[in-house]
Amino acid sequence: MTPDTAFVAPVIEWAYLVPVLVVLGAGVIGVLVEAFVPDRARRPVQIVLGLGALLGGLAAVVVLWGDERVQGLPNEVPGVRILGGSMVVDPFALAVQGIVLLLAVLGLLVVADRTSTGQDAFAPTAAAVPGTPYEDLARRRGVQQTEVYPLVLFAVGGMMIFPATGNLLVMFVALEVLSLPLYVLSAMARRRRLLSQEASFKYFLLGAFASALFIFGVALLYGYAGSVDLARIFEALVSGTSPFGPPGAMVLTGLFLVLAGLLFKIGAVPFHAWTPDVYQGAPTPITGFMAACTKAAAFGALLRVLYVVGSGLPQEQLDHVLVGLWVVAIATMVVGTVVGVVQTDIKRLLAYSSIAHAGFLLVGVIGFNALSIRATVFYLLAYGLATIGAFAVVTLVRERAPRREPVAVAVGTAGAADAGSTAGAGSTAGVEGAPESDVVLGEATHLVEWAGLGKRSPWLAGAFSLFLLSMAGIPLTAGFIGKFTAFQAAIGGGGWMWVLVVIGVLTSAVAVFFYVRIIVLMFFTPGGRPEATGDEPDGGLAPGVTVVRSQGFTTVALVLCVVGVVALGVFPSPVLDLALEAVKFRP
Amino acid sequence: MELSNYLYLAAILFAIGATTVLLRRNAIIVFMGVELMLNATNLAFVTFARIHGDLTGQVVAFFVMVVAAAEVVVGLAIIVAIFRTRRSASVDDVNLLKN
Repeated sequence: MTPDTAFVAPVIEWAYLVPVLVVLGAGVIGVLVEAFVPDRARRPVQIVLGLGALLGGLAAVVVLWGDERVQGLPNEVPGVRILGGSMVVDPFALAVQGIVLLLAVLGLLVVADRTSTGQDAFAPTAAAVPGTPYEDLARRRGVQQTEVYPLVLFAVGGMMIFPATGNLLVMFVALEVLSLPLYVLSAMARRRRLLSQEASFKYFLLGAFASALFIFGVALLYGYAGSVDLARIFEALVSGTSPFGPPGAMVLTGLFLVLAGLLFKIGAVPFHAWTPDVYQGAPTPITGFMAACTKAAAFGALLRVLYVVGSGLPQEQLDHVLVGLWVVAIATMVVGTVVGVVQTDIKRLLAYSSIAHAGFLLVGVIGFNALSIRATVFYLLAYGLATIGAFAVVTLVRERAPRREPVAVAVGTAGAADAGSTAGAGSTAGVEGAPESDVVLGEATHLVEWAGLGKRSPWLAGAFSLFLLSMAGIPLTAGFIGKFTAFQAAIGGGGWMWVLVVIGVLTSAVAVFFYVRIIVLMFFTPGGRPEATGDEPDGGLAPGVTVVRSQGFTTVALVLCVVGVVALGVFPSPVLDLALEAVKFRP
Repeated sequence: MELSNYLYLAAILFAIGATTVLLRRNAIIVFMGVELMLNATNLAFVTFARIHGDLTGQVVAFFVMVVAAAEVVVGLAIIVAIFRTRRSASVDDVNLLKN
């Protein structure tokens, strides 16, 4: 072997990879825990491991944030490129990673909660066919699926790599690492298992299609530039030294396909078809987690690709890209809002709300200036807090079946007592047909069932109203500041951007209608109609609906979300300043 | 440049795969469409690697294969779970979530 072909070991700066390593390492340990830790101890071990890893990762992100190489030595570009750009640890990447980790901690708290019914949101054995004796046996034995926790950690690991890579191949792998666990998690709901499996099925097929589009786009960009590294693609675009001449249709097609793959994860129109179905069918804690974290990670990746490749494009080509994004943003805002207005299912409604938010975020992104990055980072945090909080409330409002045994009185207060004997006897057999042996069933997702919640549980309804008001963008909530900065960034883009902002403001106004409608429903519509059935309504709620108590985890998450939403709304400037740091951005 | 013929072939295969995903009703066939798209991408990567005289494209092709394998594992698991419940792998039968 001649010296110049001798193997040279790459230099890896492990210290900058610590946040990702901690989370993925904990995921691997979580798999080992499944194999070696006894049945009873698994859940506590997994919860401690998961929360510990996420908080540890968050701490590592905070420490790295102060690193001088990340923040930029004098006369140097901020950020550290590891393995030639496979990971780029710059303030922007750390900001998005921090948001993902923070939201994942809140999401995991909701996932871990078993409520006063003693059951978590996941099927005892997801592999069992719904309605079979085997499933029944697993339920009666109180089997629980603790693989949820490592799966969440793997997904979070992928979400952390996704916005922090300057290499399109790594981005593709990260896309799959974050998606595959989510496909599985979507299929694991304890109740309404057919819906859950169906959601997973749709998510998977459309997700696989989108990743195929993404990788073909990468192939075209690689074909043009001869590299999958974003910095090298940028250089090739600027210099025009490619066998294929100056940037043209090939680059544009490639970029559009890559963006399509990312917009799918974001849930922007026309790639939104999966969103309502998956949000509705997936276990509610997982819905909250993926709605908030996936969007944060995907917007991080979108910004990186768009701003690096886009700023290398000639102005004319860049305009084509921006026009495409204009159309997507307008369609996303309009469809999310208009279709959201007619929804009658709370989870679907929140799904359309999340689509509309994707549109508002895109408005900020299209501004294509430094403020856009600040606005996006802040908006993602504000949106994520409200979303996780809202879905956490949804997990607590439940349906209950008609009573048969005298034991099953007053579910809301004595639910814990019968948890041991009837653990898991939910309506797993299908959409309808709740077994009568159990009292508390799945989430009460129909809007009608939310009437009177304000009377039954004022705090819960109050928190939910706060999240809705934040989503609507009412002043003194985080959502208002988020929308304001996003639109401000868009105006900063100049030109015809004001049109986009006007559409954004108008659709926000329409959206207020459906958020306020729910608040009115919760506080001012009486739910109890005792004459309808012989069933005694639970404290002003509609018949057949109850509220379960949290074990504590969800309460903590809710309190943190409420505090976050209010704090970001009243004192946004420290976080906005931090977000402005994230503008330091390295290809 | 006759190498471009491979690119046209890759584009055609990709289009066939995409059409399969969008038009076919059987989940397994749809899934095969996705695989065809990924393999068309591999062909494009390898051809571009040849054009540039650069190995990256070939390495990427390996990664895509690995990812495709992982996708098969998860995807078939989901499809089998649904098939065992409903005795059908048709995309049209999976319609409980339509409002």
